[in-house]
Parts: sequence; structure tokens; C-alpha cells
Amino acid sequence: MAAEPIIAFDDVSKVFPRADGRGDFTAVDKLSFDIDKGEIVAVLGKTGCGKSTMFNIVAGLIEPTSGQARVIGHDPFRDFDFFRGKIGIVFQGDRLMPWRSALDNVLLGLQILDRNPKQAEEAARAWLTRLGLSGHEHDYPHALSGGMRQRVSIARAFAVDPEILLCDEPFSSLDEMTARDLRAEFVRLVRQNNKTAVFITHQINEAIEIGDRVLVFHHPARIAYEARLAETGREQAHSEIMRVLGTEPTPLS
Amino acid sequence: MSDSRTMRVVQAAASMIVLAAIWQVLSMVFPPFLFPPVPDIIKRTIEVLITGSLLVDVLLTAARIFAGLLGAFLLGGLLALAIGQSRTVENFVTPVLTFFQGIPALSWVVFAIIWFHGIEFRVFFIMVMTTLPAFTFQILDALRSMSKDLFEMTMSFRPSRAKLFRYLIVPTIVPGILTAWKVNLGNAARVVVVAELVGATGGVGYQLLRQQQLFDMAGAMAWTLQLVLFVLVVQQTINAIEAWALRYRAVSERAV
Repeated sequence: MAAEPIIAFDDVSKVFPRADGRGDFTAVDKLSFDIDKGEIVAVLGKTGCGKSTMFNIVAGLIEPTSGQARVIGHDPFRDFDFFRGKIGIVFQGDRLMPWRSALDNVLLGLQILDRNPKQAEEAARAWLTRLGLSGHEHDYPHALSGGMRQRVSIARAFAVDPEILLCDEPFSSLDEMTARDLRAEFVRLVRQNNKTAVFITHQINEAIEIGDRVLVFHHPARIAYEARLAETGREQAHSEIMRVLGTEPTPLS
Repeated sequence: MSDSRTMRVVQAAASMIVLAAIWQVLSMVFPPFLFPPVPDIIKRTIEVLITGSLLVDVLLTAARIFAGLLGAFLLGGLLALAIGQSRTVENFVTPVLTFFQGIPALSWVVFAIIWFHGIEFRVFFIMVMTTLPAFTFQILDALRSMSKDLFEMTMSFRPSRAKLFRYLIVPTIVPGILTAWKVNLGNAARVVVVAELVGATGGVGYQLLRQQQLFDMAGAMAWTLQLVLFVLVVQQTINAIEAWALRYRAVSERAV
């Protein structure tokens, strides 16, 4: 019998009222997909296609209007507390608390989860070292570069040892060289630590570089194309994705 | 001390010296009961500070200011939290606070004298009522300026309400609280004197009333300076706390 998927969306829709009060708009439309344990799935789509809404549903921050979302067999919105320490999130911006040092930012999740303070500090220091930030433990965010700050936020997500990592375009604000380094680092860490990762991006090359599988969304969010890269091959997936998204041809990096 | 800080201190001292010089010139032109010489004022000021029975009045006023501000801060903090969580509470409480803001301090003094007997409770009531709206609105503003991004990030770890308060809400509102204390301290110092002037038998306000009855301008200045010195010392203490609590903030080398 096949193992139960770690994330399962079944006909999930999300409708928001418009800010001006004139009707509603559909961000996610009858979206269905499964993600297995240990997979890295890149979710690709143009800006405003509903990727982040899907992300917020998985994270339990918003509730679907209809359909069923299950994460580790539970409803992520209603069983909110079940997911304490089970989901780590790397956001688009680093979202570091400016009043906390790099070390204290990494410690945040561990403190919320009531982990042993000594062990928590050891874990936080180890993650900072693993991400190349040894010596910057006591620096405040304003003293760190964009890349370093995003490394701290990755360390913060990994430090709680979550089963699932959700990443919402975490490297989109960084220069290409830094983003490339961090992508490679991220994939290595996910595989080493046997995590499941959902990685949202609007860059085709990034999706192909990171994902075992790529889900391409149309607006409102539903799957327009799906590629398992081990089967499809990177080249073919790249050209199919460009065709589906209707983008200008760009070389596969 | 850094060069810029030394310069600030020198400039502040220079402005005070200029003010004292102007007063001294006026004391040469007008009779001493209108403008007593600066050395006389300084002598009387020091006398208050080193005479135990007089210093008690200064400390009494200081205690009344602190008690009133603390009461208003705690009540204002609770109100701000309640308003921040409920639109109904906001709709109900905000008009009342705005109405209170329009009531002059002297009216609260009159109300307190009519309603209550005990002097200390009267002063406490006046202090709380005059500073409560400002504390509430300033803490509420600080709460509402909380970053949605940081809120979502913190919520992603599923904190309890107590942990959310400790790790996100308190650090977020600390700058607003410190500003509120600084602003209300000056208001409280003015209001407490009015309250003591009318209804107390001790404190700086009471002593000011006595100096007026004796037509003693040097004494009036000396007691006024006690209050100014008190406010300056507390302001500097709050500034030091602020510098420590907000040490994480980046400081630009270029001034605005």
C-alpha cells in the first residue's frame, strides 16, 4: 500500500472579498495535488497566480473556502496547534526581528517550542555555523547583508527540525550569485536532513534547479502542468514550462 | 564622551547660561521681589535640596507623579490591548477617551475635590484621568504599527498567547511606551502642581502656593526648579533606558 501523502489538496478553493466591496475574486480554484514525504516540490507561476495563497493554506494561516487540505493527516487551519514544530517557513523577505541578534532570531522557534535552553542554543549556533555565519551570532540584522539575513532565516526554519519546509520565493530579493549559492545550500540541507519541501518561485530555472517535481500554476491557482524531472528531463520540462506560461524563450541555466 | 555628544552638552549648557544672564540683567533693572538675582535663586534651590523637611515635599510630588503615571500606564495598556482586539470595545471606549482628552486638568481638580475626601486619592485620580487618554492612544498606535510580516512569521511557530505577547508584542510596543512616558512625564509634572496647589497640604504645588502668599519670588523659582530638575533627571533616565532597549537600531552617521 502506498504511503499517505504528507501534503494533500483535494479540490481546494479560496475566494477573497474584494477590498472595494464589489464582489469576490478567486485566488485558488479547485486545486488538487499530493506531495510525498521527502519530496522537494517547486511551485511555479506568474505573480498573482495564487501561489502564496496556496502556501498560506498549507501553513495554516488561512482557511480554504471549499475543498479539503490535509498536512500530515491533519487540517492545517483547524488543528493549528498540532503543527507546532512540524512546519518551518522561509518567507520571501527574511522577516528577522530587528531587536534580536542573529543567534536570538534562530532561537525564536526553539524558545516558542519550549526546548531546553542550553540544547536550543547549541542547535542554533550549529545551524548558523552550517550556514556560514559563525562569528556573526551576536550581530543585529541591520549589520548583516541581504544574503546573510536570509541565511539566518533559513537557519531559523531548520533549527526547529520541522518535517516540512515551506519556502515562499526566499531568494527573489537577492543577487543571482548569492541566490545560486543559497539554493544549492538549501537543497543540500533538505536532502541531508530528509525533509519535505515546498518551494514557491516565479523563476523557471530556479524551479528546475531545486525541485524533484515542478507544479506550474495558472491563475486562479490550479495545475496547468506537472513535471517529475527524473522522468521528464530538465530540458523538456524547461521548454514545456515556457510554452505553458507563454514566456519568452530563455536558456536553461 | 564622543565629540558630537560633548558639543550637544556644551550647546545645552550655553543656552541655560544665556537664559540665566538675561534674568540677571533683569534683576538689575527690576526690584528683587519681581526678579531676584540668580545667585539668590541658586542658594534657595540648594537649600531645598539639602534641607530634609523641604526635600520631603519634592519627594512627595515625585511619588505622586510616578504613582499617577504608573496607574495611567497600566490602565491605558489594558485598554489599548482590549481596543486592539475588539472593534466593539474600540467603538465604545475611544469616544469616551477622546471626550476625556477635552476636559481641562483644572476641571478634573474641581471634580476630585467635590467627589473625594483623601488628598492622595484626589491627586492620584487627577493624574490618572489627565494622562490616561494619551497613554492609551500611544500604546494603541504602537500595537497597530506591529509588522504583519513579523506577526505571520511568529505565528508560523504556533506560539501560545503568552509567548506571542512576550516575544513579539512587548518588543514591538517598547519604543511607543518609552515615548509615551517621556511625553506624559512633562504633562504630569504640570498637572500635579495644579492639583497640589488647590487641594494638598504638602508637595511642590503646596510650597509654590506658600511662596505666592509670602510674595517670595526667589522661593517660587527655587521650588519650580525642583520640579524642572526632577523632570530632567527622569527624562535622562528614560533616555538611557531607551538607548539600551533600542540599541539594535542602526544609527546613521549623518544627521537629518
